Amino acid sequence: MFSPGDRILVAVSGGKDSLALWDILLELGYDVDGLFVNLGIGDYSSDSGHFAWKFAEARGLKLRTIDLRSEFNFDIPAGSRAARRAPCSVCGLSKRHLFDDAALRGNYNALATGHNLDDEAAVLLGNVLRWEHEYLGRQRPVLQAGGGFPKKVKPLVRLAERETAAYCVLRGIEYMLEECPLAEGNRHLAYKEALNGIEDRSPGVKHSFYFGFQDRSLPLFTNDGGPTTKPISCERCGASGNGQVCAFCRLLERTGGNLPSPPASVNIRGTKSVANGHGGNRHG
Amino acid sequence: MLTVAGQRVIAGRLEMVRVSLRNPPRVLEFDGPVAVTTLLTKLDLRRDCVLVIRDGTLVPGDAMLEADAEVELRSVISGGADGR
Ligand code: SF4
Repeated sequence: MFSPGDRILVAVSGGKDSLALWDILLELGYDVDGLFVNLGIGDYSSDSGHFAWKFAEARGLKLRTIDLRSEFNFDIPAGSRAARRAPCSVCGLSKRHLFDDAALRGNYNALATGHNLDDEAAVLLGNVLRWEHEYLGRQRPVLQAGGGFPKKVKPLVRLAERETAAYCVLRGIEYMLEECPLAEGNRHLAYKEALNGIEDRSPGVKHSFYFGFQDRSLPLFTNDGGPTTKPISCERCGASGNGQVCAFCRLLERTGGNLPSPPASVNIRGTKSVANGHGGNRHG
Repeated sequence: MLTVAGQRVIAGRLEMVRVSLRNPPRVLEFDGPVAVTTLLTKLDLRRDCVLVIRDGTLVPGDAMLEADAEVELRSVISGGADGR
């Protein structure tokens, strides 16, 4: 996933997975900065930020915050209403855009996220239930850089979420325990519950489902880790996407939000012609 | 040992295992001693989905919680559609 000396940007939510990941990468000796996005979801967002900052300050780490309200004039609840999309969908596309953008602008070697085995198995189940070929082709723990996207890695895919929570307890890492109030009823949680029910009767099934897919079935959905459509640079912000205007700028149009600034360097973005499947990969 | 309204009392002290949970925040009391597995069964919780924490460290699934024990049952399932 990484080479010695790589600079890594961790997407930090203040929850157990991202803080465990940050801690593990530091322990392994990597040069890691954090990025927290304040989504404007009431106390949940401010409290989550508090845990992220507390972790960073205690260790003298670099953590950047992007505040959706002050920088883009919208928040997830308002964006969801304006776009008439589920909050998690608006949230997911916003975070993907902002994390990708920060990783590219900061010249990081990789963007790391704290997705664990439970997350990935639930996403896989959702994608299989709808036979989302393109998403299935992208569901791998490492997506190489290219097509205007940074390298993206999910180092915790072998750990169950119980293990990342246990790691935090044993390491004395305080993390956000409350759940996002907008999570209730999302499909991702329903898929997790379904898999936990099956795991109860058939221990190890989540692992074999996800890694069996990685080892045996993923090649059926993609040739090289990348699909399909050529990425196009967004005419507003320069980000790579599938249309003239990227999904984040289209969202900002609907919310009346501030447009993001154009890319720092056109060489960073959108200069390659082959996509590497960096669009969303999950169904919530 | 006296029994008062279903609770065991020794030398005037309630002998209960106190269990704190979240969402919603609440504290439940159980007769002690009680095995962790029994506690989870009573609460209809799957072992995979919670941690049992006492004094900042983990309590194993086969442990016995003696009377007066105070533990936290912490859910480990987090749930957004995207991203940590
Ligand atoms: S539950 Fe949904 S809205 Fe809440 S932080 Fe997660 S992805 Fe965003």
